[in-house]
Amino acid sequence: MIHAKELVYEYDKRDEEGNVIGTNRAIDGVDIDVPQGSFVAVLGHNGSGKSTLAKHMNAILVPTGGTMWVDGRDTRDPDELWNVRQTAGMVFQNPDNQIIGTVVEEDVGFGPENLGVPTDEIWKRVEDSLRAVGMIEYRKSSPNKLSGGQKQRVAIAGVIAMEPKCIVLDEPTAMLDPNGRKEVIRAVEKLRKEKNVTVILITHYMEEVIDADQVFVMDDGHIVMHGTPREIFSRVDELKTYRMDVPQVTMLAEELRKRGLDLPKGILRREELVEALCRLR
Amino acid sequence: MIRDITIGQYYPAQSRIHRLDPRVKIVCTLLFLVSLFIQNSLLGYVVATVFLGCVIRLSKVPLKFIVKGLKPVVILLLFTVVMNLFLTRGGNTLVHFWIFTITESGLRTSVLMAVRLIYLVMGSSIMTFTTSPNGLTDGMESLLHPLNRLNVPVHEVAMMMSIALRFIPILLEETDKIMKAQMARGADFESGNIIQRAKAMIPILVPLFVSAFRRANDLAMAMESRCYHGGEGRTKMKPLKYKAGDIRAYIFTVLYVVMMFAVGRFVPFRLWIF
Repeated sequence: MIHAKELVYEYDKRDEEGNVIGTNRAIDGVDIDVPQGSFVAVLGHNGSGKSTLAKHMNAILVPTGGTMWVDGRDTRDPDELWNVRQTAGMVFQNPDNQIIGTVVEEDVGFGPENLGVPTDEIWKRVEDSLRAVGMIEYRKSSPNKLSGGQKQRVAIAGVIAMEPKCIVLDEPTAMLDPNGRKEVIRAVEKLRKEKNVTVILITHYMEEVIDADQVFVMDDGHIVMHGTPREIFSRVDELKTYRMDVPQVTMLAEELRKRGLDLPKGILRREELVEALCRLR
Repeated sequence: MIRDITIGQYYPAQSRIHRLDPRVKIVCTLLFLVSLFIQNSLLGYVVATVFLGCVIRLSKVPLKFIVKGLKPVVILLLFTVVMNLFLTRGGNTLVHFWIFTITESGLRTSVLMAVRLIYLVMGSSIMTFTTSPNGLTDGMESLLHPLNRLNVPVHEVAMMMSIALRFIPILLEETDKIMKAQMARGADFESGNIIQRAKAMIPILVPLFVSAFRRANDLAMAMESRCYHGGEGRTKMKPLKYKAGDIRAYIFTVLYVVMMFAVGRFVPFRLWIF
């Protein structure tokens, strides 16, 4: 579905007067392969290049080296630009800055309008997508009156209405409170199950990635770790060198294990820890 | 302060006027404004009053709300009345006092001018009260569409207008936040003369502009990622379509304009000086 090979993105570093004083590599030789229908998470601390990578999947940025294919289309091909953007929809971090319409349903209709979908079909898609994220009762409201989590769900509906094969979520929960975060993640989960879309979640909240099929950890433009969440989170010390935290439960299990308790590595959920602890007795 | 101004606001209600196509409302408002200027007789103003009264009644917008909309133009109104009253010469002199002279035609012009201005503001505010901002931009876009041939970017301008409308509350909220942040650090916006107060606004405006640019950048990216590429090949979720009621509104307004014209020209009706 999404396939990158030796992807490189460089940009010029400038001083205060705008003179070029060197180049920065935001992404440096990244290879990823995301199969259709899977849930992939990309982790990394600030400035690790994860957002830049996300922007490549939607052809907002084009690679300066290597190639990015979205559903077999090279993102550098200008003829395929709109197809790429339709195939891989994108949800951004700030909920306020990505809602265009003054009414919820108009905003969701914005994408299909751009694609030239006939009017009747737009209405059907808007209704379907709002229902899919559980925002149908707010269809006539103004986005300014919604909470952060609700706005983010509207933004997701706006992407779904374009019927993409893949959704790229670039830190969709970074500006939300814990409740809003839960709402958004639940909506994404539901979509993945019902519509079989590929989900790529860029985040730095560890709790959100435990259900992922694959996790990539990025640091300084490179992919430094790759595996299932269980594999990744069993390497607690390595994660710490990349300034990443592990979920609280995993942390607790790890500390207990260090103190001599016989617990398995890579515990992700509270129930797992409870079970493992009970087995000790 | 900004909240007090009712002119240009939307008054949500279910009425026949609200349901009209925005294009009808824009065109009819323009016709109404023109009709006020093509005649200058008492009977004409009676006809205009009846027409305006009917429309206000149908729109279900309270009269009090519309009158409140006149507040921002009160000074302009008074200025025009006073100027016309004292400076227009002609006809018999009614009052003469020191250097002030009020003549018959002065009185006539100032009164009619005041009524005209009030109707002008009321007529156009009825349009904005009954049409949602989005409806207005859609209507404008559709009406100005022929200008596209002259390379006027009609769609883009309409899009800019609707985005501006969407961001007004967000930026207001942000201004409030910045003001509070500056006040927390000892900024003083309330005291001093006008120049000092204007200077105190700078630490608000600079961060506001910076953030507005950042938002614009984010929004542009979000729009592009949702395949926005100008007005070409774009379909509409809510296309504008004329209904029977819209046609009736057109006919009604045109009849009114014809009547105004006829009354102003051919019906000799005078009451004292008017």
